Amino acid sequence: MSQAGIELKQVKKAYGQVEVIKGIDLDIQHGEFCVFVGPSGCGKSTLLRMISGLETISGGEIVIGGEVVNNVPAADRGLAMVFQSYALYPHMTVRQNLSFGLENINTPQSEINDKVDGVSKMLQIDMLLDRRPKDLSGGQRQRVAIGRAVVREPRVFLFDEPLSNLDAELRVDMRGEIAALHRRLGNTMIYVTHDQVEAMTMADKIAVLRLGQLEQFGRPLDLYNRPDNIFVAGFIGSPKMNFIEGTVGENREQLTLDTGETISIPGTGYAQRSGQNVTLGIRPNHMDHSDVGLKVQIGGVEQLGGESYLYGTLANGNRITLHLPGQTSVEIGQTITVAPQAHEIHLFDTESTHTLRMD
Amino acid sequence: MGRVWTFLTATRGSARLHWTDWFSYGYLTLGIFLMFGPVVWLLISSFKTEADLQRFPPTLLPYAQQTVELEGYDEPLPLFLMTAGEYEGATLAQLRRVGNRAQMVDPLNPGERLQVNIANREPVEEFSLATENYTSLFERFNFLRFFWNSTFITVMATALMLLVNSMAAFALSKYEFRGRTAVLLMVVGTLMIPQTVVLVPLFLIVTELGMFNSLWGVIIPGAATPTGVFLLRQYMITIPDEILDAARMDKASEWKIFWRIIIPLSAPAIAVLAILAIMWRWNDFLWPLIVLTRTENFTLQLALNSFQGELQTDWSSILAMTVLTLLPISLVFMFLQKYIATGIASTGGK
Repeated sequence: MSQAGIELKQVKKAYGQVEVIKGIDLDIQHGEFCVFVGPSGCGKSTLLRMISGLETISGGEIVIGGEVVNNVPAADRGLAMVFQSYALYPHMTVRQNLSFGLENINTPQSEINDKVDGVSKMLQIDMLLDRRPKDLSGGQRQRVAIGRAVVREPRVFLFDEPLSNLDAELRVDMRGEIAALHRRLGNTMIYVTHDQVEAMTMADKIAVLRLGQLEQFGRPLDLYNRPDNIFVAGFIGSPKMNFIEGTVGENREQLTLDTGETISIPGTGYAQRSGQNVTLGIRPNHMDHSDVGLKVQIGGVEQLGGESYLYGTLANGNRITLHLPGQTSVEIGQTITVAPQAHEIHLFDTESTHTLRMD
Repeated sequence: MGRVWTFLTATRGSARLHWTDWFSYGYLTLGIFLMFGPVVWLLISSFKTEADLQRFPPTLLPYAQQTVELEGYDEPLPLFLMTAGEYEGATLAQLRRVGNRAQMVDPLNPGERLQVNIANREPVEEFSLATENYTSLFERFNFLRFFWNSTFITVMATALMLLVNSMAAFALSKYEFRGRTAVLLMVVGTLMIPQTVVLVPLFLIVTELGMFNSLWGVIIPGAATPTGVFLLRQYMITIPDEILDAARMDKASEWKIFWRIIIPLSAPAIAVLAILAIMWRWNDFLWPLIVLTRTENFTLQLALNSFQGELQTDWSSILAMTVLTLLPISLVFMFLQKYIATGIASTGGK
């Protein structure tokens, strides 16, 4: 298999006056599993279709395996795509669905049979080969759609929200199978989803997109531990990170929050200035009961046995979520005091929303 | 069979018939009578002799007078039942008739000639199919020639029309290009122009192209129909674009996408259009009448028309030929109608 890294250089897409992809730079190494994640309308599917060649690009360059493919038609880019709706050919049997692509490149019939048999065994659809898509369950259709991509042995796999039509349980299973498929085949894969859990569990690298722009690109835990801005910090991690605005005091290790409370923040690692408006970010599981700190009026309690979630409001009315290990005795209506763990604090500039972290 | 019976005797619920049941079945029976009555009448009448057709009052079934072959007479003799007079109750054969007297003979005693009044007898009739109506079509007229012309025109025109219309519909439904809506509007707009308006210019074009009195002169002008393009386009729009994208990723050419994806998925719409096209072409009368003037080029419809003379109309031939003309179109409908109901395009996605 030839090397198939993918490089995007200032890739743009505009429909008339409306720019939907606003200049994206991305470098995906050969064999990486890259996930495009973002809220709906962020342009992630459009970007994937631009890489596939199904959508033209308005500016920039797309390089696959060292070759600029801007003007190469979709069929000749050596990619395979799995669609959200599966897009199986409804009038063909599973076997015909799998062999259609091979027939189009004039593969000898015996070779087609061998490949189809091999792939269908691997994906456990070998007993479905003579059925039509309408006689298959959602999960089985999904496997056939993946099989249709695998059988052609492409350089790169593209997945466009492939699991969004499956029920929760099946989704977890398929997630594992796609990850396993990546380990076995070792191809470059690009996977589009709006589900950050899918992104975190499957990806080697995650690209977070918003409004046609790349917000951050990196390893899943890097995005979790060191988010570049408020959007990424809020998007990655479940439940969401809590944000509280405030102003840095005379002493730059003191932060006066909008709730009126003052907490201490680390003096090193973040480039906050005295008097600067900053946003404090703290994950729900990084806050402890404390004598001094933030007063939280508890509005909801979820006891899951092994862990507990508390939902409350701060003095200024902002909502806050707490995640505690084990079980809790806190009840609705109670007011508790919590303090963020100092080394887990994230600081962002309120105005630009960028992180104040110094690397 | 049991299910058919259950269906046919379905009621509103209770065992007793509700008045709506009476009304429904009454309405349905009337409908069956109105729809099938003329066809059944046509079918039965096509087996009547010319004399039987002229009879008043008409009979439902075809009858012909019984005859008997007697020794010493060359021709078969018609039989009569005596209703009055000297020979009442006897069945006699007629030799000849003069005025209101007839010379008759008893088949059991052929030597003796009897004189009877024709008021005292009535013909002995039996159920009989006048199949000569059909055989004469092949003997006296070149039926097979007309049949071949009609079939050739129908098959070629339908095939051409399906090909041309489906390609146009594919382009108009699945490709984005400047002026697409304008083209579609123009195609649909031609629906508003009556055929009679374009008859003369069309005739001039066909004549200039040297297709006058040729079957192709009937076939080519009907190849592209706005109805067909519109019908197929509306259906093809419902085929998901992702399936075409998937085919493109599978390295299928646009031509291959058309043949292997679009055409099979549009099969229900194409079947509907095929039925319509076959009926249009087969029953077409005005345009072939204008283009085809030589008898050897006549279609069945034109041949039927030619049976109807100004002074004399050959009803028995017309009826028999009408039945033969209806048969193929009925068969086509029977075989293709099951495709109309089956839609397969919507089942491939989620």
